[in-house]
Amino acid sequence: MWGRRRGRRGAGRGAEELRARRREREAALRKARREEQLVSKRLLREDSAAEEGGQDGADAVPDPLSEDEVLELLRAVQRGSEDRKGSLGRLRRALQNEETQQKFVRLEGSVRTLTGLFTSSLADMQLEAARCLHELSHSSDPTVAEACLPVTSYLLTYLSGHSVEFTELCLYTLGNLVVESEAVRKRLLPQGIIPVLASCIQSPHEAVLEGVGYVLSQLLQAKESPVEIIPQVLDSVLPQHMLRLVCSGLKAGLGAAVEFAWCLHYIICRHKSNTVLLALGAVPALTSLLLDLASEIPQDAPEGLELLMCPVLRCLSNLLAETGCQVRDERLLIALFLLLQCLLQQHLFLGQECLWLLNNLTADDPFLCSALLSLDLLPALLQLLPCSQMASVLVLTVLCNIAEKGPFLCQRLLQQPVLPLLLPILTQPDPEALGQCLELLHLLFLHCPQAAADFTRQGGNQALEQHQSIPELQERAQALLHMVRQPLGAPSPCHTTLPAFS
Amino acid sequence: MLPASACGTRGRAGMPPRAPGSASLAARTRSARPAMAALPLPPGLLRRLREGTPQDPAREIPPESPRRPPQPLPPFSFAPRRLRLGPQHPLLEDGDVHRHLYLQGVLSSLEDVAERPKVSEFSCHISGCCQVFDTLEGYEHHYNALHRNVCSFCKRSFPSGNLLDIHILEWHDSLFQIMAEKQNMYKCLVEGCPEKFKSSKDRKDHLVTVHLYPADFRFDRPKKVKSVPKHTSCPMEQGPSVPMEVSVETAEQLQLDPMETGPGEDMEIPQPAASPVPSLPEKRLYKSRIPSTICFGQGATRGFKGPRKKV
Repeated sequence: MWGRRRGRRGAGRGAEELRARRREREAALRKARREEQLVSKRLLREDSAAEEGGQDGADAVPDPLSEDEVLELLRAVQRGSEDRKGSLGRLRRALQNEETQQKFVRLEGSVRTLTGLFTSSLADMQLEAARCLHELSHSSDPTVAEACLPVTSYLLTYLSGHSVEFTELCLYTLGNLVVESEAVRKRLLPQGIIPVLASCIQSPHEAVLEGVGYVLSQLLQAKESPVEIIPQVLDSVLPQHMLRLVCSGLKAGLGAAVEFAWCLHYIICRHKSNTVLLALGAVPALTSLLLDLASEIPQDAPEGLELLMCPVLRCLSNLLAETGCQVRDERLLIALFLLLQCLLQQHLFLGQECLWLLNNLTADDPFLCSALLSLDLLPALLQLLPCSQMASVLVLTVLCNIAEKGPFLCQRLLQQPVLPLLLPILTQPDPEALGQCLELLHLLFLHCPQAAADFTRQGGNQALEQHQSIPELQERAQALLHMVRQPLGAPSPCHTTLPAFS
Repeated sequence: MLPASACGTRGRAGMPPRAPGSASLAARTRSARPAMAALPLPPGLLRRLREGTPQDPAREIPPESPRRPPQPLPPFSFAPRRLRLGPQHPLLEDGDVHRHLYLQGVLSSLEDVAERPKVSEFSCHISGCCQVFDTLEGYEHHYNALHRNVCSFCKRSFPSGNLLDIHILEWHDSLFQIMAEKQNMYKCLVEGCPEKFKSSKDRKDHLVTVHLYPADFRFDRPKKVKSVPKHTSCPMEQGPSVPMEVSVETAEQLQLDPMETGPGEDMEIPQPAASPVPSLPEKRLYKSRIPSTICFGQGATRGFKGPRKKV
């Protein structure tokens, strides 16, 4: 997987400090996402003595150089001296500092020098120059990215080459540049980046494939992607290869599969009508993948499985929402819960993502609704209630989906029994979950009036009465109380045990 | 049973009222979540998954009557529907953040790095090439940069097979020249672009205006170049004291004679057998490849003859 190339974390860096750093990053990412500015880059940095701390090590990133020092380095590189390679190496290390990067690109001829070395046929110069460019690509200053514009056509040209390491470096450099500046994307698209990637995706090398996935994922997240990028991608051979690589992820390479799964998600959630992917059989293919993932896990759960599972769930959910197609395979339900059993505790967010899919699976499919119950998955479903606020609402929605299918399934729910589990929900403050709970109760009482009596007996009325003062719940709470207080009428279908009802 | 503390311990005071009947899933600020207990799953699920669940005769399936979705009775509004979520939906936030933490390399579980295998020093196997390496990747890159896509006529190396093929066609194939007088033969260099042009200059104009290529794109040298002072056609602005560059770059820029290949020089040359990397299926003009016994070490000075007059 991608992580294999990174420098080791510095010795002596405390676990607590790492966690703190992660929390900081996480907070920054959440904020960025809410502002719709979620941008991240990857950095390939070699394992070398000077870089023990790895990407995050503050000690390892060199201090900024002065303008004169940067100029000196540039001159040293331009001179054709014996130690040119050494100078380039020193430049590269200096360029790990963002200020130095900015100073460097402002020097006249600097990027041109790097470009020249990058396009020479002196292999080790070329590699070192490529690494310098890669450092530059990691800058968060768009002017630095734009300074690298002259090099883009060469980055693309070299993608058709054969050196795995060099190609990988070019790919990650491109991916970083792509995400930073629209000017870069406006240049790369006419330069033919999509056809080149469509060729590269047929490479047999996992490292190259992962890089291709990375570049694509950055392109697809661009704000202009629905208009400028996605149609071109869908028109190429990329979709079928992406699907193939996602589905062979377990055997062939999790890193690449993860990247392409996210690519598929970015396409599907932004593109109105995903006929191309549907025609390629994305729904059965991704379903099979989940089945495979679930049946392989217990012994050797690979690290990062959640990174693959998450976008696959999303793709399926959105594809199902787009078409009326049914996934009639109850093994998918088993697979989802087995995966949750393995991953949920560490990755709570998977709860709501799975529930979204469960909603889309059960919304208009009595078969799967019934399967959920007969496979005895209801207790696990209810266990998902505390994952998050959205998870609670979705659990209740799925229960509503089941109850809405009619008296037969309502009765099975009540037999579970489900009423005692709903009562505590009625005392929670979240209006959205409460509202959904009331809807559920309504469906249960509607199809099985007997349930109303049970509800009263269990003290549900008091809970309902509390909500009469909340504007958005008031009407429904009152309507339920009314239902509950009505004397039982003619024998309801729920009294019988014959299944023949609709 | 649900664990004792379910979602949220926030008080109700101050919570704004929500629009009635809204089916959207709103984002909420998270409060401390309780630790998740393990999921209570029935036994035998894995087996059922792997073996495929047999059709259970005892299982009662609700009959499939044509479903008219019943109208929900007001004030109740629930109707089951499949949800489609766009890229910015709040439900996707946590997963997106996780993905980006991974990209930034902050997920601690993935920090373990496989050591790159160390090999003892070895040299390039192309005879005559004396370059030495201590990593496989360095060697691979050297080989690909210098030995793989090399024109047997003029010794130029190219970054890809495609560019090499175009070069050979345009520089060393006399039939090409003849045909180019009658039809557009100069192919656009950009992969996927079908355009062809009647001259190298037209093609360059196309590359610059349509594909936004740099005007001095290094891999599109026009064929007939007079001896031009190196600094105007070199992509780098450098002083004259660039010895390493001169030995390689200059030779590439100055015009080498396209050797007229008589029939005696056509050779069927197979690809070098010991490729370090399994190659992609390639379209090859085999007769132009260098035999693997011939080496073009880097820095070798290349012969330059004066422009030969056409006979």
